[in-house]
Amino acid sequence: MEWVSYLPSLARGALVTASITLAAIAVGAVLAFAAGIARVEGGRVLSTVALCYTEIFRGTSLLVQLFWFYYALPLVGVSFEPVETGILVLALHVGAYGSEIVRGALSSVSVQQHEAARALNFGRMQTLFRISLPQAIVEMMPAFGNLAIETLKLSSLVSLISIADLTFRAQSIRNLTLDSAGVYSLTLVGYFAMSLVLMALMRLIERALRRGPAFPRAAHS
Amino acid sequence: MTQAVKPPLIQFTNVAKRFGALTVLDDFNFEVAPGEKVTLIGPSGSGKSTVLRILMTLEPFQEGQLSLAGMSYHEPNGTGPFKASERHLRQIRSHVGMVFQSFNLFPHMTVLRNVVEAPARVLGLPRGEAECRAIDLLAMVGLADKKDHYPSQLSGGQQQRVAIARALAMRPRVLLFDEPTSALDPQLVGEVLSVIRGLAHEHDLTMLLVTHEMRFAREVSDRVCFFDKGRICEQGAPEAIFTAPEHPRTREFLASVLR
Repeated sequence: MEWVSYLPSLARGALVTASITLAAIAVGAVLAFAAGIARVEGGRVLSTVALCYTEIFRGTSLLVQLFWFYYALPLVGVSFEPVETGILVLALHVGAYGSEIVRGALSSVSVQQHEAARALNFGRMQTLFRISLPQAIVEMMPAFGNLAIETLKLSSLVSLISIADLTFRAQSIRNLTLDSAGVYSLTLVGYFAMSLVLMALMRLIERALRRGPAFPRAAHS
Repeated sequence: MTQAVKPPLIQFTNVAKRFGALTVLDDFNFEVAPGEKVTLIGPSGSGKSTVLRILMTLEPFQEGQLSLAGMSYHEPNGTGPFKASERHLRQIRSHVGMVFQSFNLFPHMTVLRNVVEAPARVLGLPRGEAECRAIDLLAMVGLADKKDHYPSQLSGGQQQRVAIARALAMRPRVLLFDEPTSALDPQLVGEVLSVIRGLAHEHDLTMLLVTHEMRFAREVSDRVCFFDKGRICEQGAPEAIFTAPEHPRTREFLASVLR
């Protein structure tokens, strides 16, 4: 029962993983809405900025982004704590992928809804916040759920910039004990448990948004 | 009649509307007097819905002039497809309301909120006042008891009646009906028509109605316009159009729909 002795250390690592993931999702969601809305509703300048951001962060390696923010940025005088760097880079990643989800859901709101809004003389921002977004947000939830889980798993990369997350702790224990099977099995279970919680959480949010007969379609329709 | 004396509320002058190479309205001239109830009939693709969509500023037009209550749709220095600023377009829209073929209610709002939202947000009416008005309007269309339902819980006919209440809540001078009963099951058409019939007695409301319900058109309109290939081919009092059409295309069309 050697593996029981790994648990306190792994649990502390899991806590770091969970906090970094949740913080990245929270900040990333804000970025995703900002960039997604800018893509659809922003003028030429704003939507181009949003497009560049999305494509750069989707088109480059997350690991290299982490290294760049952690090792290269301090060379020009900007440096963050490792945890801040981890959260920031993961958030930028969530924001880039999330903005595509927001953009897609916003564009899927029917033309007829926009015409009805125009016929009632709603302004552009009123149409966005009162008509389009409330309908689109429900459609976004399944995709956001996937992105949240993806983020949890990708967060293991922050172990490479010396953050003591679950993966980092697992590596350390394995280096000491050489019990690869035991340590990594426990680590997998740890990630799986966290992703189950995250999935349940996203379902809950989706269910709350879908409550009532306003959206009679089944989930994931 | 007195209508001839009043200046027109709506005036199309040599308007042309094209979608790419397709010309939908061609050198189009059309006037509507204040309070007049006009029905537009004709084969599909003849441009009648386009007239409504241009009036609602859902579609721009390329040539000619259009004015509503003395306001020109195009601004002298206007840019973009509408040749007008958003502010100007919103000013025009404040006089016009529209009822769509597919109702287009907001699915995430209750019936009451569908009717309250625009007066409260756009006109800035206090919620309480907007709700009182909304409930009156819902009572008028016979749906006061459904105010807390969502659109998906209503029949098509009920949804369309809510849509009419929603349009009226903005107190438009002109109300446009774009085939309001075409998407309905036959047994639900009557309830929507009876609401529109009630509005036809409103002296101040100007109504433009695109419909295939010929008997209804004959009953409620002051004037019927027969459209063919982007122009008004023949127009006049409903009695004249329906009993003694002059143009062969009108006769042909009416023969095919009245049978």
